[in-house]
Amino acid sequence: MSRFFRNQGWVAGLFALLIFLFVITKLIQPGYGSGDFGSLARAVLPYAFAVAAQTVVVIAGGIDLSVAAMMALTSVTAASMMNGASEEYALFVVPFVLAMGLVLGALNGILIVVTRVPDIVVTLAMLFVLQGAALLVLGAPGGAAAEWLKASVIGTVPIPGLPDWADAWVPKALVLLVVCLCIVWIPLRRSRLGLSIYAIGSNELAAFRSGVPVARTRIIAYALSGLFAALGGLSLTISTGIGAPIPGPYLLASVAAVVLGGVALGGGKGGLLGPIIAVFVLRLVRTDLTLLAIDPNVTAIIEGAIMVAVVMFGAFITMRSRPAGATP
Amino acid sequence: MTDIATMPRPVSFGRRLKRFMADRPLIPLIILLIILVVILQILRPGIVNERWLANTAKFAIPLAILAGCQTMTMLTGGIDLSVGTVATMSAFIMATQIVNQDPTVAFLLAMLPAVLIGLVNGIGVGVFRVHPLIMTLGTSLIGTGFLQVYQRTVIASGAKIPDFLNWLGTGVTYGFPNALLLFVPVAVLIVFMLNRTGFGRLLYAVGDNERAARLSGVRYWQVITALYILSSLLAGITGLLYIGLIKAPSLSLAEPLVLPSVAAAVIGGTSIFGGRGGYMGTIIGALILTVLTTLLTILQMPEGGRRILFGFIVLFVTAAYLRIVEDR
Repeated sequence: MSRFFRNQGWVAGLFALLIFLFVITKLIQPGYGSGDFGSLARAVLPYAFAVAAQTVVVIAGGIDLSVAAMMALTSVTAASMMNGASEEYALFVVPFVLAMGLVLGALNGILIVVTRVPDIVVTLAMLFVLQGAALLVLGAPGGAAAEWLKASVIGTVPIPGLPDWADAWVPKALVLLVVCLCIVWIPLRRSRLGLSIYAIGSNELAAFRSGVPVARTRIIAYALSGLFAALGGLSLTISTGIGAPIPGPYLLASVAAVVLGGVALGGGKGGLLGPIIAVFVLRLVRTDLTLLAIDPNVTAIIEGAIMVAVVMFGAFITMRSRPAGATP
Repeated sequence: MTDIATMPRPVSFGRRLKRFMADRPLIPLIILLIILVVILQILRPGIVNERWLANTAKFAIPLAILAGCQTMTMLTGGIDLSVGTVATMSAFIMATQIVNQDPTVAFLLAMLPAVLIGLVNGIGVGVFRVHPLIMTLGTSLIGTGFLQVYQRTVIASGAKIPDFLNWLGTGVTYGFPNALLLFVPVAVLIVFMLNRTGFGRLLYAVGDNERAARLSGVRYWQVITALYILSSLLAGITGLLYIGLIKAPSLSLAEPLVLPSVAAAVIGGTSIFGGRGGYMGTIIGALILTVLTTLLTILQMPEGGRRILFGFIVLFVTAAYLRIVEDR
């Protein structure tokens, strides 16, 4: 019970930090309004999906290094398929790309289960493979996205009964993110499968002896990670209008947000809400640095340093808590 | 009893082959290298001549030194993905600082970021126990950020490649590339260090069984910090050599070498889980990859296809070595 409060407390603290950052942002830039919030939500979108992809796997006791490469591959696939195609064709592209992410993610899981090589090596090898595949699909940034898809992340969602000023604070990108994550995550969390994912992350042997199909659960966890990564790739294509074969800094960002979001890197602990709030925190820090008129390259350094510091802190906490957890 | 003990038990051919591969990993590697060269000669009769040999050596040497970084870090169960960034940084700084500075000063300035990144990597991995992959990825992101900021400050002064590095990187004396003057001492030093010195044994000990090593009084963090600084220094020196070979300073100079350097060490029989392997295998691994690259270029395989192939090679070889070790 106390653990429950501690975990929720972490998320609550994180949320308070987010509010605090918003206040700071408002102080730095008194004009910061709903429009800026909308662009923040758009910028968060690919990161949030990358983090969701990483979170599922980390809870299952693994790690997925191929997240960024998977996003690059799905992004260029979507962009090159939609290039010059009709608007309706995109209705076929979206499910196709999502299925591709699901299958490639499952392939990650199958390779881990079958070869018995640790996750970190398999997904590292898959990082090379997916990067190569992305380069084969599209040698240089290019392609296109359907107009209705691009429109789906710009602007706000009109909610009947809400005044316009409040409506302006509900950007479409945020709604899209929440809907996509909830559709997958809430049924999962309440199902036997979700419990199994937590179980194999917490103690694989105990889970196996309690009758959890460990291999199948692991494959499904990686497949879900692939699905989220594909959503991330799609959102990249949608928000930029093109696909880029070189993966962005999503791998490190996803690991940092997972750690900051209170998900233990050993597995079995934490939820999706914490990491998603953590992504907003990390992005908002970047916004603040930009508002302070700091050179964008310097911003990249500071951002990288923050992420490394977060990961170091997380590893330190894990190291400190391990002996204590062993002797309850 | 003695009868049974002395009687030679029938051993299947496959098993014997496996044992042979495990005991002498160099022989199958050399056979593979020869097969690749023969295929090359069949595809392009007459390509294998003195000039080709010198050229292959020239391109294999930077790869082999970077793969040496991977070999040493992998022996402890780690990996160093920041070598590409470190090599690029030192090369770029050398090329830009030599314009206004004394060569010695330029050299020291070029080595400074290498030492710093190595130190941060070492502290992160050794003290905070961050996974080496995440840690080195993070520092390489930060390093790239610094490099971009630095680039803007020297954009006016221009860059030039020092004559000495030109001579070392591209020059050939009596059919032997001058780069061997650097490589042979470095290789001898690494092999000697790994096999004959206490530090080398500590690396194997830490990688084989970290807990046992700690309990026998090994200062884990000191070994790891020294290791990552050494690895970074080697990467920095490789950068200087590589700029003499490529002759075009850019911000992504040595990045393409990172994946092959991991692949070369894995092919050479160094276990990515630590405790097993050596530098001789890695050198042959680097030669195999260089010849393979030539072969793939002749077959007109695009860069993407090459990456896919390298990824599968890493996965396949790791799985194969895992099987061999499990069998024994």
